[in-house]
Amino acid sequence: MTAAVSISLEVNGERVEAHILPRLNLADFLREHLHLTGTHVGCEHGVCGACTVRVNGEIVRSCLMLAVQTHGGSVETIEGLSDSGEIADLQAAFRDRNALQCGYCTPGMLIAAQDLLQHNREPDREEIRAHLSGNYCRCTGYQAIIDAVENTARARIGRAP
Amino acid sequence: MKASAFAYARASSVANALDLLAAHGDRAKVLSGGQSLMPAMNLRLISPELIVDIGELAELRGIAVKDGILTIGSLTRHVELLRSPEIAAHAPLLAEAIAHVAHPAIRNRGTIGGSLAHADPASELPACMLALGATVVVRGSGGERRIAAEEFFTGIYETVLSSQELLVAVELPIAQGDSVHFFHEFARRHGDYAIVGLAAQARVKDGTFRSLRLGFFAVGDRPLLARAAAKLIGCAVTPAVLAKAAQALDGELDPQEDQQASPAMRRHLAKVLLARGVAALLGRPDLNEGGTA
Repeated sequence: MTAAVSISLEVNGERVEAHILPRLNLADFLREHLHLTGTHVGCEHGVCGACTVRVNGEIVRSCLMLAVQTHGGSVETIEGLSDSGEIADLQAAFRDRNALQCGYCTPGMLIAAQDLLQHNREPDREEIRAHLSGNYCRCTGYQAIIDAVENTARARIGRAP
Repeated sequence: MKASAFAYARASSVANALDLLAAHGDRAKVLSGGQSLMPAMNLRLISPELIVDIGELAELRGIAVKDGILTIGSLTRHVELLRSPEIAAHAPLLAEAIAHVAHPAIRNRGTIGGSLAHADPASELPACMLALGATVVVRGSGGERRIAAEEFFTGIYETVLSSQELLVAVELPIAQGDSVHFFHEFARRHGDYAIVGLAAQARVKDGTFRSLRLGFFAVGDRPLLARAAAKLIGCAVTPAVLAKAAQALDGELDPQEDQQASPAMRRHLAKVLLARGVAALLGRPDLNEGGTA
């Protein structure tokens, strides 16, 4: 009854075929099977946001999705967003503002922030806070993260940070 | 933690999903958006033998308006409700409430049907269904049945839905010209489950309630359509009338104790929300003096 299932999907632009147990969640599939360890696992019940990835262009909690549910879909992880250069400016802003310390939340934080900036080119600080409210950071106190996202938004629309 | 092992079936149609549920009964669980089911499985609160994934049943997704009724397919995601012009125009209470449901990454996956079938007493959407006078449409192998929202929820994570039925849609009467709404919840963090919340819908004429539906959540084992509202309908609402309604409300509450709040705190906050809600719905800030959270 609990037999493995075949799936075929795209991960960071590359075709992936796998034979997996249904119980395997997407976060563990990415980390253990594809060795994409930039997706972090924190709470495993959707509270902390460390495992945030994109599925079919939308951000999701990869701990709250079964890998089998991504069959036929497209998954993008922090490795994909980072290697493509899509968030290079956001990453630089995080560095410049010391918006990370231990770095555990950072991949999820970057993906959630990039999602906001794609939907809202000029978010105010409240909108940034609301959008990142599902991502816990236990080091920074959030202020520097809000600064980094705000600076990136301003720079992208051609304004001085 | 990780979910225990289970078998997985991707339903190809509603009929196929119902066949699977008929064959496996309460050993099976329906997977919709997974945003409540997956945490429960990861925490090993439940360990179904079979997951019936209905995620690809496009016939269950979508929002339609016809003959004064707004129909929302059960697989409609929270993000779709948030962005829908039909919801904003015809059920503005729902549009406002949905922004309080979890966080963007969860709203991208979570569905209205999943939230209602899960029936967490602290979640927003069940209380909205009470306030809006929704009808829940459920399909089983014997056909469809329609259940008033106030009959649907029966306890913590419990509804009248049988293990062989599928929630397929909800129907809401569209908001009328004199409709007003109020939504507020107290939560430790934006997007978290409420400590106490209120979703309210009313019709107001000449400063008087013609109708008033107060859907409280996180005040008992299920969402509460407060009967205390009757004390406020069709009369001039004075502080004394409001105090009587608050007293009646207190008798209807059965708040639970948890890490977030004591029952006494929940009772207090529910009465604060009653005063705030009534004041906001009637445009009478004088009715909300003195009550602080």
